[in-house]
Amino acid sequence: MNKMYLLAVGLLLFFSCGKEKTNAGEDFTKASSTETSSDPSSYDPKRGEGKFTTVDLGTGLDVAMASEGEKVAGVKCMSCHKLTDERLVGPGWKGVTERRTPEWIMNFSTNPDPMIDKDPELQAQLELCLVRMPNQALTDDDARHILEYMRQNDGVK
Amino acid sequence: MKSRLLKITSAVVLIAAFMGSCKPKNTSDTVSGDAAQKAYVAPGKYDEFYNFVSGGFSGQLSVYGLPSGRLFRVIPVFSVDPEKGWGYSEETKPMLNTSHGFVPWDDLHHTEMSQTNGEVDGRWVFGNANNTPRIARIDLKTFKTAEIIELPNSGGNHSSPFITENTEYVVAGTRFSVPGDYENGDVPINTYKENYKGHISFVKVGKEGEMDIAFQIMTPGVNFDLSHAGKGKSHGWFFFSCYNTEQANTLLEVNASQKDKDFIMAVNWKKAEEYVKAGKGKKQKVRYAHNTWDEHTHTAKSEIKTEVLVLDASELKDICYMIPCPKSPHGCDVDPTGEYIIGSGKLAALIPVFSYDKLQKAIKDKAYEGDYGGIPVLKYEAVLHGEVQKPGLGPLHTEFDGKGNAYTTMFVSSEVVKWDIKSLKVLDRVPTYYSVGHLCIPGGDSKKPFGKYLVAYNKITKDRYLPTGPELCQSAQIYDISGDKMQLILDFPTIGEPHYAQAAPADLIRNNGQLKFYKLEDNKHPYAAKGEKEAKVVREGNKVHVYMTSMRSHFAPDNIEGVFLGDEVYFHVTNLEQDWDVPHGFAVKGADNGELLIMPGETTTLKWVPDRVGTFPFYCTDFCSALHQEMQGYIRVSPKGANVPLHYSLGTNFPAGK
Ligand SMILES: [Cu+2]
Repeated sequence: MNKMYLLAVGLLLFFSCGKEKTNAGEDFTKASSTETSSDPSSYDPKRGEGKFTTVDLGTGLDVAMASEGEKVAGVKCMSCHKLTDERLVGPGWKGVTERRTPEWIMNFSTNPDPMIDKDPELQAQLELCLVRMPNQALTDDDARHILEYMRQNDGVK
Repeated sequence: MKSRLLKITSAVVLIAAFMGSCKPKNTSDTVSGDAAQKAYVAPGKYDEFYNFVSGGFSGQLSVYGLPSGRLFRVIPVFSVDPEKGWGYSEETKPMLNTSHGFVPWDDLHHTEMSQTNGEVDGRWVFGNANNTPRIARIDLKTFKTAEIIELPNSGGNHSSPFITENTEYVVAGTRFSVPGDYENGDVPINTYKENYKGHISFVKVGKEGEMDIAFQIMTPGVNFDLSHAGKGKSHGWFFFSCYNTEQANTLLEVNASQKDKDFIMAVNWKKAEEYVKAGKGKKQKVRYAHNTWDEHTHTAKSEIKTEVLVLDASELKDICYMIPCPKSPHGCDVDPTGEYIIGSGKLAALIPVFSYDKLQKAIKDKAYEGDYGGIPVLKYEAVLHGEVQKPGLGPLHTEFDGKGNAYTTMFVSSEVVKWDIKSLKVLDRVPTYYSVGHLCIPGGDSKKPFGKYLVAYNKITKDRYLPTGPELCQSAQIYDISGDKMQLILDFPTIGEPHYAQAAPADLIRNNGQLKFYKLEDNKHPYAAKGEKEAKVVREGNKVHVYMTSMRSHFAPDNIEGVFLGDEVYFHVTNLEQDWDVPHGFAVKGADNGELLIMPGETTTLKWVPDRVGTFPFYCTDFCSALHQEMQGYIRVSPKGANVPLHYSLGTNFPAGK
């Protein structure tokens, strides 16, 4: 086979999937367990994208959960977020549980990269902050606890 | 010879290179047909194999992809590496400790991968330090050096670290025989024959890889060069090539080339184990360091050990046997079946192939021609399977494709020669550029070679690449060996001087539980700051401990005051990221030290002793985000006794102080 031809085919293949970052190497997506990606047109801006479809918030605040959330956030989140509405590296947390659905918050905190690629509001946010929110390897429980901590911060009793 | 190498303009037909004197004359006449596409790995695609290549005098291990030849990483092992802070951070300094103290450099020659049932298993790579004899274990979950053990009674740890088929032992044969460390070494050098001994170390490898010198075998003073373990039927045996059986101590290039034949020493290590159990070893007083890395504290510790068990081969008659081998044998390789042992005499015009079955019979029949320092010498013909006639000049090393073929490198005639192990017929030969040393076929020294590629590691590259002053890059060359004829498909520069290398299928390495980051919750470093709320500065006498965190794109704290001249400042930096491939760096002005390169979730310490009063910036050295340039801070150093309280902050601007 002609070398240039091969090169051309190689380049074509590369460009055809070059837009989606996670597809750069076929096996790369397989290896990544926390991040999933799908067709951008099917993206649901209310729910975000990730494993959480419904989150049961219960009636009032779960104080134990919120205090667990405070601990995890102290290690993994608070170097970039303030509890007020003031922006540090990322936006302040004040009011986030009123602006976003619980599903969106949990999906974003566990699966940030694919959502930053698709969510129009996150893309607008990125233009302000200029730092992509890192994946901090939160467990499902961590994410739920942090959500409860955010609710507490927003005055839920 | 030089002038022939330099005739780069002379056009040479490919055929001539195959048939002629095997001296390549042109840099571009050997790649043809579809060679380029065989080595081409498209952007974003993965290589088929990892190739772990020794860095020779660089002291490090480099990781390449096959067949692309792309360099992925340089793992610091025996030499300090300012890029990664290896040997500079407080945590890594103990890894380079020895009985001589901190040793910042060594010469890594051979790599050997761990095996299970004679097949590479992707857990660890071992490497040897020649100069101050040591063996290192590199963990392939972290691609980090996890352990280093020093070897007493040794000089020039060359025939090392070769491994048994279930990683029971890695061995290390001394290149320079020397008076034992437990003896008085202050003796006239020309008493070599009486006072110098060889010691071969059997280093036991535990379940988690932990190394321990189980025993040493004391032999007559010779130079041990290389080695390989038996496998399959010959499991339980080890084979070491020896030169300088003349026992010369000066001008060895002449004086160690006197004899027609030197030896391959066959060691029955199972028998040696029995003698150890039976209490036949002698405990000797020595000093050697054993350094281990703790993944939880991200810190190494170094322990000095003081005793080693030595078996005397001249007393215990049935653990060592000498096989005569022409002439100054270098490589000593065992084929995948375990039956054939191939010696390569650097100065020999043939390749002798020995038979394990014949070795057993010869020992049973006591087919000895004498003894050497108390060790039985077997009759050459009684052990010989046959000789490969006129293979080329200067045979060095042999690897196998698992299909009954052997491939031997020829240093003097710069070529690789393929031959049939049973019939001993030469099947094919290809030129190398130039002066090839070791070669590697993925799994090529195991029971299960992946006989698709062969990589030749060359000593000289003149006229092969753009020149770079008096020193040129070393090189490796990849050959496709899937067909009857070997085909050169790529050459690529390497670091240091590559010696031995190992390779394994990519999936075996990357699917073995690779670490992507250190979990903060598992970080047991005593000075870790898990979260910015734990960031602080603590004074203990003249020591100032900074518990610092880093996160895209700032440090906490980033303003530090109240440090005095005469203080020792320890920056303990914890990287709070929990995301793959986001290290942060740390450097401070005027540090007589390296940088830190802190992996996600890791804590690493830089010791900084300010040498003057002033304000010193520090910053992140690893581009981490769009605001990376803003990732910086200041530390103020005041005169001793100044009235400046210890103070640290982040995000707070106080009114200007005094
Ligand atoms: Cu940084």
